[in-house]
Amino acid sequence: MSEQDDDKSASRRAEEFLQVFKRGADFTQDLLKENERLRFSLLQLEGQLKSGSNADNEETIRMRKRIEELEQQKEEILGRARRVEEENADFANRYVEIENENNMLANLYIASYQLHSTLDFREVLQVITEIIINLIGAEEFAIMLLDEKTNKLQAVMTEGLEISEVPAIAIGDGLVGQMAKTGENYFIDQMDNYERDFHHPLVVIPLKIKERVIGVIVIYKLLVQKPKFAEVDYELFTLLAGHAATAIFSSKLYSESERKLSTIQGFIDLLTK
Amino acid sequence: MSNYNVLIVEDSPTMRQLIVFALKRIRGLTIVEAGDGVDGLKKLSATKFDMILTDINMPIMDGLKLVSLVRSDPNYAAVPIVIITTEGASEDKERAIALGANAYITKPIQTTQILDVTRRLLNLPA
Repeated sequence: MSEQDDDKSASRRAEEFLQVFKRGADFTQDLLKENERLRFSLLQLEGQLKSGSNADNEETIRMRKRIEELEQQKEEILGRARRVEEENADFANRYVEIENENNMLANLYIASYQLHSTLDFREVLQVITEIIINLIGAEEFAIMLLDEKTNKLQAVMTEGLEISEVPAIAIGDGLVGQMAKTGENYFIDQMDNYERDFHHPLVVIPLKIKERVIGVIVIYKLLVQKPKFAEVDYELFTLLAGHAATAIFSSKLYSESERKLSTIQGFIDLLTK
Repeated sequence: MSNYNVLIVEDSPTMRQLIVFALKRIRGLTIVEAGDGVDGLKKLSATKFDMILTDINMPIMDGLKLVSLVRSDPNYAAVPIVIITTEGASEDKERAIALGANAYITKPIQTTQILDVTRRLLNLPA
């Protein structure tokens, strides 16, 4: 009996053990299946992740490329804007230059027009005076003409001083006489603190018909608001040197011919009466 | 384009011609010239002017006298007056402005100065 009981008990335990083992085997099977499923899911996810990452990389590269292109375009546009700004500055400078040239030409045209607008000697001197005051800006000056009998320069018109104050100057004497002899313009180097000196003026402009000097314009003082000469002034002096001389010479000839004509007319009237 | 009457009172024909030459660059201006203050007053009574440019040193009647007479006329109490003169001292300018001048330009002039002042006082575009 006891042997039989022992056998039964052993058989039951073996049965239980087998059951436990079977459940263990099933559990292991389940675990293996789950593991398989998880591995598959993992592979799927990795695949998805990989393809997603590739797409992102392509988009990033495309965007970077676009940014580079836009940066390049921006640089080009900025460069173009800089060039346009430079051109604008050039145009503005050119505009100022043209305005100055226009101003200069206007002054020269009017000076020339006025100089040849009359054949009256005193009016010609008046026009020269107006040009020197209004267009050049001188306050004290003299127009001196050459007396061919004495070979001396004599003041015939003054502004800001009396004619009697201006000494006669022989051709070749001192600075003024030398300029009249050589026919060269003279401009003082240092205008600051200058005081009137008849033998050393600010400016000497010989009045020339070709190479023949018929007189000089001598400037002793500029207007208070005119500290120095402008470019247009040198052009005006050049114009005065030639045109003023011609205008003075023509008006003198005209006056003389008028006087002679009047004398001859007087004789004719006397003879025919 | 509006038409403005501008009177130039200046005894120097050279200056008058230069001012006229400059002002001709502005369209719509009718320019009248007078040789001194008395001539200027005659022209002011005959026509209504929108602006006056005058010299100071002139025979018969100087520019400052002209400015004070113009300002005493109610018809010209507000008309812009520009002084163009050789007198560059600040007291001369102050005197002219006190009498009623709107702008003061000293000689030798630049045509651009005349144009700028005229455009400004007549509210014309540059």
